[in-house]
Amino acid sequence: MTRGLGRPPLVLLVPAGIALTLLLVPLVSLLVVTPWARLPELVASEEVLDALRLTGLASLSTVVVCLLIGTPLAWVLARVEFRGRSVARALVTVPLVLPPVVAGVALVSALGRSGVVGSVLRDATGVVIPYTTPAVVIAHTFVAMPFYVLSVEGALRASGERYDAVAATLGATRWTTFRRVTLPLAMPGVVAGAVLAWARSLGEFGATVTFAGNYQGITQTMPSLIYQTLQNDRETAQTLSIILLGVSIGVLALLRNRWLNAGGTTGAGA
Amino acid sequence: MNRRLAVLAPATLLVATLAACGGGDDGGSGGSADSGGGDTVLRVQAAASLTDAFDQIAEEFEAQNEGVSVEATYDSSGTLAEQAADQAPGDVLATADENSMQTAVDGDAIASGPEVFATNTLVVVVPAGNPAGIESFEDLDGDDVTYVACVDTAPCGAIAQTLIDDAGFTNEPASLEPDVRATLERVVADEADAGLVYTTDAMSASGDVETIEIPGAEDDPTSYPIGVLEQSEDAEAAQAFVDLVLSDYGQGVLSDAGFGSP
Amino acid sequence: MSNGLLARIEVPGRLAADVEAGAGEVLAVIGPNGAGKTTLLTALAGLVDMTGHVEVGGRSWTDPPLPVRDRRVGWVVQGQALFPHLSALDNVAFGLRARGVRRSEAAERAQAWLDRLGVGPLSGRRPGALSGGQAQRVTIARALVTEPDLLLLDEPFSGLDVGVAAALRIELAAHLADFAGVTLMVTHDALDALTLAQRVVVLDDGRVAQSGTPADVAAHPRTDHVARLVGLNVLAGPDGFTAFRPQDVTVSTARPEGSARLRWQGRVSGLTPHGDAVRVQVDTRSSAGTDLLADVTPEATAELALVPGAEVWLTVKATAARTYDRGPDLRDSP
Repeated sequence: MTRGLGRPPLVLLVPAGIALTLLLVPLVSLLVVTPWARLPELVASEEVLDALRLTGLASLSTVVVCLLIGTPLAWVLARVEFRGRSVARALVTVPLVLPPVVAGVALVSALGRSGVVGSVLRDATGVVIPYTTPAVVIAHTFVAMPFYVLSVEGALRASGERYDAVAATLGATRWTTFRRVTLPLAMPGVVAGAVLAWARSLGEFGATVTFAGNYQGITQTMPSLIYQTLQNDRETAQTLSIILLGVSIGVLALLRNRWLNAGGTTGAGA
Repeated sequence: MNRRLAVLAPATLLVATLAACGGGDDGGSGGSADSGGGDTVLRVQAAASLTDAFDQIAEEFEAQNEGVSVEATYDSSGTLAEQAADQAPGDVLATADENSMQTAVDGDAIASGPEVFATNTLVVVVPAGNPAGIESFEDLDGDDVTYVACVDTAPCGAIAQTLIDDAGFTNEPASLEPDVRATLERVVADEADAGLVYTTDAMSASGDVETIEIPGAEDDPTSYPIGVLEQSEDAEAAQAFVDLVLSDYGQGVLSDAGFGSP
Repeated sequence: MSNGLLARIEVPGRLAADVEAGAGEVLAVIGPNGAGKTTLLTALAGLVDMTGHVEVGGRSWTDPPLPVRDRRVGWVVQGQALFPHLSALDNVAFGLRARGVRRSEAAERAQAWLDRLGVGPLSGRRPGALSGGQAQRVTIARALVTEPDLLLLDEPFSGLDVGVAAALRIELAAHLADFAGVTLMVTHDALDALTLAQRVVVLDDGRVAQSGTPADVAAHPRTDHVARLVGLNVLAGPDGFTAFRPQDVTVSTARPEGSARLRWQGRVSGLTPHGDAVRVQVDTRSSAGTDLLADVTPEATAELALVPGAEVWLTVKATAARTYDRGPDLRDSP
């Protein structure tokens, strides 16, 4: 169909090829050097199973937390005019550019047991956040939420306030409008944002290890396990990376079939 | 067909470029001593626990060798050894254990050495004021005690694990930190009641932490080996740095920092 | 007080207008683009900030200000604004559900309105699977099902095929006859105003330029826009307006004999078919102050060699022209 438009120009093909190569060569290399024979034994080891379980739990919890509190934030940023809205919007993007370790240090200074909020919490209730699985979810949410909020806010802005206005003339409250009109129309952005947040959470390491710590079964996710294994056993680390890579690609492929493609054409019933 | 070629061309180009870069490095290690013209940069890669001592030795080295500046990188021994085995640029490698150094040796990255230049033992550190009231190593085995150690893939963690196992603790560490500095930081920031770190780390943070000796820790020391890297572009200067570390001066600095003699 | 609509609406920089309509009345709002027609509708719906007052059915909507959802309006938006993710039935039932009607009853009433508008069998379809005319019927059903006090129609037939629009216009007339509330209809089509409305308001540059019955406004246009809508030539003179029909204009290539007062020179700027005749648009801005239209036979068009750019003379017999005063309700332009 595009043949009539002429041959794709080299000016575009060459950089495109370089970009593709840059992305593929490391991944293919990882596949090449991995000692595949050790894969079954590793996957069955308790340490890896614990890390996989925790990674799955933390990333899914992160998505749920994003849905529950990130969606309202995106709505407020997109629909409510208030002083400092542009500042709030800029703040939301800060964790995007923050090195994850710095995010971890910030979380420690806020929620650590001697932190600004953490010390008050500990004195009042005896609850300590670090070294717990919820701490992992908090760290993941901190770094993943911006991806979710930006995606949903973009979708909310794109769908516009026109339908909100129509719903209001039909007698709907803002909450009804949000539930029955605004959110369903922004669903592609919600799904895309959730996938982005989930993917970010899956690979999160720096903030987690700095804030939550690293202990098998409680705070040790796959990236933490890979990092610590890399210190004395690179081959095992490579194999573990392959496992994480496989899980990520598998889930993304599944989502692509179920949601990302289908969402555009038919969409799910309300 | 043509389209396929067009895609392959840049791939080939990139691979060729990468190969050329690799070749350049190899060439660099061969042509060693012709870098004496201007400023020479000596890249020292050392275990995180050596930070303060090596900074001081590097200063002395620069004073003794006009026109040479030392660029020291401190990281976990395992990471540095992996990088060295990967032909990462560098002149001197000093690790906090012999296993890590063996990785570099196995990777044919050590040109001369390795030679053990110091030892270190673990101690318990608690935050200033000792808020949890830890009096001894055994006190870590209290149910409500939050303590941290290095991850057992790091030298400090391997020793800590041995000590904990030998003592038969039932209270496990709250977290296994990637390296000894992160472990110390948890205690300094009062995020943990206690931590297992090297004597030297405890001394470097003496204002922020209090130290409790571990009986029998001297039976499980870690040895610090040092060696000149194969990829060094100035093996002579690198050897001179190793010699300074092994000299009376270097040993004095290390001893002041809390290291034991080999 | 009044049973209908009584409003004074000021939106700074966009609109300053008094609007009045009795219960059951249909008020057509016409005027060129940017005259403030849609602003008037959105202000009545409560969607833009305004000063002034709005009273509907004897109840004030502005003192205290009533939120949009509590104003009983039915809004048929320009273009289509059906919720794309809901079926036709759910779209129509939306307003009932939002006002607390039970699901089954809401569905029943929505289906009844879809049936009345002839799109009952399509109730399960999403808007994307409806034609323009079908979607507009659903939109009208959605606006009427909640039994609003004020129905706002913003160009209800725009974007529809001519035949579809004509059929829908006839049906809408029937529904509006049954409708007890006030209807405001923004339109670009003189036919809508003439066939559906009891009164017409002409907006120009954010102000009311003229109001009256459709027949009165059509016979005595006071703006170029209305004159064009009804197909009349209208000239503003010192003693009022002069109006005449295009078919009463004589076109010649030579300067006509005699001393007719209604005589202008210009250049042909366009030719379009108009029924059996050819409508000639002549640029007479230098002599008449505005463009004029003339209807000539196709034969005459060929004979006179009327092509764009041709120099022509236009004359009108004094008996074919009507002259009328500026009306008392005409607001002076700022």
